[in-house]
Amino acid sequence: MVRRLVELLRRYWLVVNRPSAYFSLAFLTVGGFIAGIVFWGAFNTALELTNTEPFCIGCHEMRDNVYVELQSTIHYSNRSGVRAKCPDCHVPHQWTDKIARKMQASKEVWGKIFGTIDTREKFEGMRLELAQHEWARLKANDSLECRNCHGFDYMDFTRQSPRAVQQHSTFLANREKTCIDCHKGISHRLPKMVEVK
Amino acid sequence: MRRASLLPLLLALMSTLSLAQTTLVDAMRGTTPLMDDAHPPVLGNQENKDVRRNRAFPMQPPTIPHRIDGYQVDRNANRCVGCHSRTRIEDTRAIPIPATHYMDRDGTMRGDVSPRRYFCTQCHVPQDEVKPLVENLYQDFDAARKASSVKATGKSR
Repeated sequence: MVRRLVELLRRYWLVVNRPSAYFSLAFLTVGGFIAGIVFWGAFNTALELTNTEPFCIGCHEMRDNVYVELQSTIHYSNRSGVRAKCPDCHVPHQWTDKIARKMQASKEVWGKIFGTIDTREKFEGMRLELAQHEWARLKANDSLECRNCHGFDYMDFTRQSPRAVQQHSTFLANREKTCIDCHKGISHRLPKMVEVK
Repeated sequence: MRRASLLPLLLALMSTLSLAQTTLVDAMRGTTPLMDDAHPPVLGNQENKDVRRNRAFPMQPPTIPHRIDGYQVDRNANRCVGCHSRTRIEDTRAIPIPATHYMDRDGTMRGDVSPRRYFCTQCHVPQDEVKPLVENLYQDFDAARKASSVKATGKSR
């Protein structure tokens, strides 16, 4: 069995290792270059397709639970009409970080296939764990997805309420705390907080 | 005999009904007929000054001097307690929830806010800077006492 596999690999290696007898060098290099662009473009297009809100709420788990909760918050409906979409907060914008997150998301595909949260009850049962994953992620990257829009350097303290100024000018300024430490549950409902360790 | 005595009663009832029809105007709907849609007033902008307001009478639940839009107060979480609880005030500088709110109805002190005090907005509410829908002649104790002493002595202290 193993010997046959090794034999097969050896034959393919010989084919790949031999110079091409039919195609010119220019065809192979230029063709390979163009094929590379096409594949890369297709890959990124597919990646960006999974980074859209219609894709996120294509599953009822997202559409009926978290998306509904988002709709009454300031990140969905407000006076100026600027809004955050799912990937704005849940997917890093930098390419390498994004790929890392997309690899992690393969577990979410697993969850979708096996129906980990396919009922409201199951979702509520998992809410604490799921929320803690997101809190841990934002804590670890210093609330990067918040800061993609909310820059500390551009906060006008004179336009904030005294209570907000007090918090932002101390704990946020000296980096003791990050956004998610206080602003949990601003876009979705909070899980049972007494069980948070 | 009975029918005769009933007639003036019926007339009186009808007259009060018609009187009610002409004078009863719902403050929210105005004079909009029942079958038409009223245009609701623009939503108020809750005050967010963080300046504590006086109580109008000693037992008045203090009003909330900040916005509480979208604050979650349910079985899972209580956003008010998140800042105002005994254990959080050092960081948040919020007004601590008083000891009475940790007591259950038997007067037993509990470790956390008593369930009967859990839903803060039953008593504590934020305020809007709006014109009152009805005139309010309420005076607090101090103002009333001052007014009566002025009336008695003829001059203010």
